[in-house]
Amino acid sequence: MNILVCVKQVPDTTEIKIDPITNTLIRAGVPSILNPFDAYALELAIRIKETNGGSVTVLTMGPDQAKSALKECLSAGADKAILVSDRAFGGSDTLATSYILSTTIKAIENKTERFDLILCGKQAIDGDTGQVGPEIAEHLGYAQVTYAADITVDGENLRVKRENEDHYEIIETQIPAVITVIKTAYELRYATIKSKMAANKVQIPTMTSIDLVIDLERTGLKGSPTKVKKTFIPQLKKSGIKIKEETVRESVLKLISLLSDATLI
Amino acid sequence: MGYILNEEQNSLVEMVKEFMIHEVKPHVAKFDITGEFPRDLYEKAFEMGLHCLEIPEEFGGGGVDYLTAAAIYEEMAKIDAGFSTGLCAISLALKPVLIAGTAQQKKLFSDIIVPGAFGAFCLTEPNAGSDAGSVRTTAVRDGDEYIINGGKCFITNGGVSDVYVVFASTDKSKGLKGLTAFIVERSRNGITVGKEENKMGIRLSNTTEVVFEDVRIPATNLLGKEGDGFKIAMKTLDLSRPFIGAIAVGVAQRAIDESVKYSKQRIQFGKSIAEFQAIQFKLADMDIETEAARQTVVHAIQLILAKKPYSREAAIAKCFAGDVAVKVALDAIQILGGYGYSRDYPVEKLLRDAKIFQIFEGTNQIQRVIVAGHLLK
Repeated sequence: MNILVCVKQVPDTTEIKIDPITNTLIRAGVPSILNPFDAYALELAIRIKETNGGSVTVLTMGPDQAKSALKECLSAGADKAILVSDRAFGGSDTLATSYILSTTIKAIENKTERFDLILCGKQAIDGDTGQVGPEIAEHLGYAQVTYAADITVDGENLRVKRENEDHYEIIETQIPAVITVIKTAYELRYATIKSKMAANKVQIPTMTSIDLVIDLERTGLKGSPTKVKKTFIPQLKKSGIKIKEETVRESVLKLISLLSDATLI
Repeated sequence: MGYILNEEQNSLVEMVKEFMIHEVKPHVAKFDITGEFPRDLYEKAFEMGLHCLEIPEEFGGGGVDYLTAAAIYEEMAKIDAGFSTGLCAISLALKPVLIAGTAQQKKLFSDIIVPGAFGAFCLTEPNAGSDAGSVRTTAVRDGDEYIINGGKCFITNGGVSDVYVVFASTDKSKGLKGLTAFIVERSRNGITVGKEENKMGIRLSNTTEVVFEDVRIPATNLLGKEGDGFKIAMKTLDLSRPFIGAIAVGVAQRAIDESVKYSKQRIQFGKSIAEFQAIQFKLADMDIETEAARQTVVHAIQLILAKKPYSREAAIAKCFAGDVAVKVALDAIQILGGYGYSRDYPVEKLLRDAKIFQIFEGTNQIQRVIVAGHLLK
């Protein structure tokens, strides 16, 4: 199984602070991490490789600094890493990003071989759109399955356990396919001293627009039909239901009926 | 941070930090109370390669540089000094092999340790503590073998090791100069693990007696030559002392971190106690002493890396760091007050862990003898 995992380096949004005056994000000094859902996707990819053979390549679009996220992937067990980066790509929204990644995937496949399986985390924790994975599938004309909790391989078939709000589906599809991955039961394994030292030494290749067959009008701000106009914290409204019946017993009964209506008990 | 590391070295330390916080920290209190050996936690550390940091790459080890290794031992010690000591003690057993062993002996030792095993350095006996020269364990040549007889005590990893490095006398008449070092595989007949020490602290490490009864080993397991043992032991301890110092610094640092956290939260007289200068001065002194101790460790390691003499500086580092760890742990208990005295809070354990650093690997009195010796020669 020749697997590609698309990853993104994101600010650690649990550490993000909001400027109290402008109400916008303070990005300075926030540590960068591998997008957590991409880490789950990578772990699944490595497990599939361990069971079925093959290789795991990680790809990211970003500035040079994104190489540290790629090195983290290598130290955990990815075999190859590629950065695609170009000044023309700056400011890309999800459509432009997925277009760039798809053309990069085609360029890589031209030189090596086709990826059987492309995994993405379900969404990046900074943008939270969840769009790039499905868009890559569309650009490439591949089947897609989203919100995967697990994947099993059976020859050319993939069986994906897909999470819904209150149940799971098992969806079968064939390679090649794009699958987006949720928080699974499999945390990304630790690197080892040796794998980290080896990953630190790797020279990660950077592909730029010159290496791609790409229409630059479809990249960067030019190629982005959506634009972020403003980021702000909404005013907190008080929410919740107050239960105060004549007696405590009646209040409790009312609460029980509300909880049971909401299928919480 | 006190260790000036590049990005790659830092990434190793950060990796160990994450591992310790997520995999080890949640279980420390339980193992400290029961004294049960946390084998599963050590197995996870083996998977990461934390047991063979100092084994050269050519023998399958991490080949991590000494400065990064010290930073890693300190980071582990912030979560548990015993765990850090148990892993560091494998490197203590390794050092005689690196110092005096042939390539085959280094391979023999590494092949046992690297897949995931403990080693133990066996010098101390009931009658030979500071007076290491009084070792009574004997090694008698018989054809192309040696036969070892004797009992060792207070051996870290004694009960869990697959390989020992044993110091025995091949010639009693020569005293210190009659000591010889041997690699002894656990699989040899005649080795028994004796009593396990019920220790005050570092309870996540295993400390036992080890008894050798007519244990036969091939003569090829002799490190260096007959009579080299004392020199090898002293060089080993010199080389190991900065790392023990790093572990003591880790204990002190944890004490500071807990004290800072508590001081900010504890409200008395209408404000957090962190706002009182008495607490601020205490915290500052704890930090000054700990950083100073860390820097004596760093300096000793820099001398080792520069291939300069380091015996005096190693003794200073181990002695000072051990004394600082005890003092800072005591201060932390004082800052936490009544809660500091309770086993429900993590600082009383830090004092129980810190104390050993004034005792093993050469008591702090012996360290002072070494330092005075350098001054007075």
